[in-house]
Amino acid sequence: MNSVRREFLKGLWDEHPTFRLLIGMCPTLAVTTAAANGLAMGLATTFVLVCSSVMISLMKNLIPKKVRIPCYIIIVATFVTIADMVLAANFPELHKVLGLFIPLIVVNCIILGRAEAYASKMPVFYSFIDALGMGLGITWGLTFLGVVREFLGMGTVFGAQILPATATSWVIFILPPGAFFTLGIVVGAMNQINYALARRKRERATGSITAHQAVQG
Amino acid sequence: MERNVVTTDTELVISPAPHVSDQESVTSIMYGVVIALLPALIASMYFFRFRALWLVTITVGACIITEWVFQKLRGKPITIYDGSAIVTGMLLAFNLPPTMPSWMAVVGGVVAMTLGKHVFGGLGHNPFNPALVGRAFLLAAFPAAMITWTSPIDGVATVTPLVQMQMGRITSSYWDMFIGNVGGCLGETSALAILIGGLYLLYKRYIDWRIPVSYLGTVGIIALAFGQDPVFHWLAGGLMLGAFFMATDMVTSPITRKGKWLFGIGAGIVLMVIRLWGGYPEGVSYSILLMNGFTPLLDHVTRPRSYGEVKTRA
Repeated sequence: MNSVRREFLKGLWDEHPTFRLLIGMCPTLAVTTAAANGLAMGLATTFVLVCSSVMISLMKNLIPKKVRIPCYIIIVATFVTIADMVLAANFPELHKVLGLFIPLIVVNCIILGRAEAYASKMPVFYSFIDALGMGLGITWGLTFLGVVREFLGMGTVFGAQILPATATSWVIFILPPGAFFTLGIVVGAMNQINYALARRKRERATGSITAHQAVQG
Repeated sequence: MERNVVTTDTELVISPAPHVSDQESVTSIMYGVVIALLPALIASMYFFRFRALWLVTITVGACIITEWVFQKLRGKPITIYDGSAIVTGMLLAFNLPPTMPSWMAVVGGVVAMTLGKHVFGGLGHNPFNPALVGRAFLLAAFPAAMITWTSPIDGVATVTPLVQMQMGRITSSYWDMFIGNVGGCLGETSALAILIGGLYLLYKRYIDWRIPVSYLGTVGIIALAFGQDPVFHWLAGGLMLGAFFMATDMVTSPITRKGKWLFGIGAGIVLMVIRLWGGYPEGVSYSILLMNGFTPLLDHVTRPRSYGEVKTRA
């Protein structure tokens, strides 16, 4: 059970696809202009990732090694089409905003990456857990970027006015440069947090050793 | 000036040639640039009154404090006394319109120092001119505040000569543009004051004449080629300030002579493309930032052959 938890949690922080592995940058930078867009993109990616990981894991012994990438693409494209059509039918406005980036999930390196590195080698249940963790990682990542950019760029979060409407908004944060600035600062902050965590862990480890030695002595 | 002075360092340092040492240091050069910026500051204070002094003061203050905080946080040696933060702050303030709200100027200073300089490792490691990074950020973040112009002295709303050109009717005279009696950013309007500072820098050899000459020359040639008035294009906007103080930044411009020529020519072409066909009336900052990006490449392709080196087939 412990390993299941680890496989699930790694996508949320230690191997976070957008902030740690820095893959899938195209939708990350392009659609996170608002929190709702980031959330929708994250959930669509999660859906495709989970379904295709499970499917690829089920079919891993059927797929010939030499043509595995085209096979993965076909499987991924199937679920992307489903996601695209569901969004178009139920959330036409959101679909218009996300536009081209929904079909582009097909070539999102997160999905092919998990298929190649994980689902094609691991049992179905673990592939499902891995894909779910990674998907939720992308979802919180894109939503977080969206919240920050929308708040700074328009003074709203999920469309709700947070800052007074008269406050000067920093237009740059909903423009492409803002995506790079925000992403860079978040990645830097995350590294800083990880350094601090590692340092504390090391200190605790050495601390317990000296305590142990003291008891022995 | 005394050159080739032997330093009294007891430590033995092994470094590649050329082994020239003199009394110039980063600090002395930076304060030299500050001195060269003083005429433009005085002109700016004459034309935009107290507002100019206030904006320059808070921008310089923001730059120095940001540098101190950043270096303190990262546990690096504090270099706020070397004058580079003052130069960045002054140049950034000179690139702001007089009506800029104070807090936005502070934001510009913070961005210039962090995103423009210290994320890359501090002075000497930044690929782009920090003051221009600050300006580009402000222009993208607060476009309305960055293109609100007031006339000198009486402070009523006006437009810059380049906006007049875009609208098809130029009313500013050469003389007004030369002494700086036109709308514009704080430090860019007075070509006279900038020339005095620029000549001082050339005399002190802190800047190389090739960049301003090739930059201004290219602008003049393109202006002539497309039936425009070259003198107007030289005097309008931030070209003088950019050509003498920002394109010549030692860190972000090429080292080789050929590279400097190409740098100036490239910046001139980009500038005129933006001025004549672009949506923005002015493009000095973008032209220099773009050529900053090319600087490592220019240095690489124009690297002089060392004595006796045989040209190898690529």
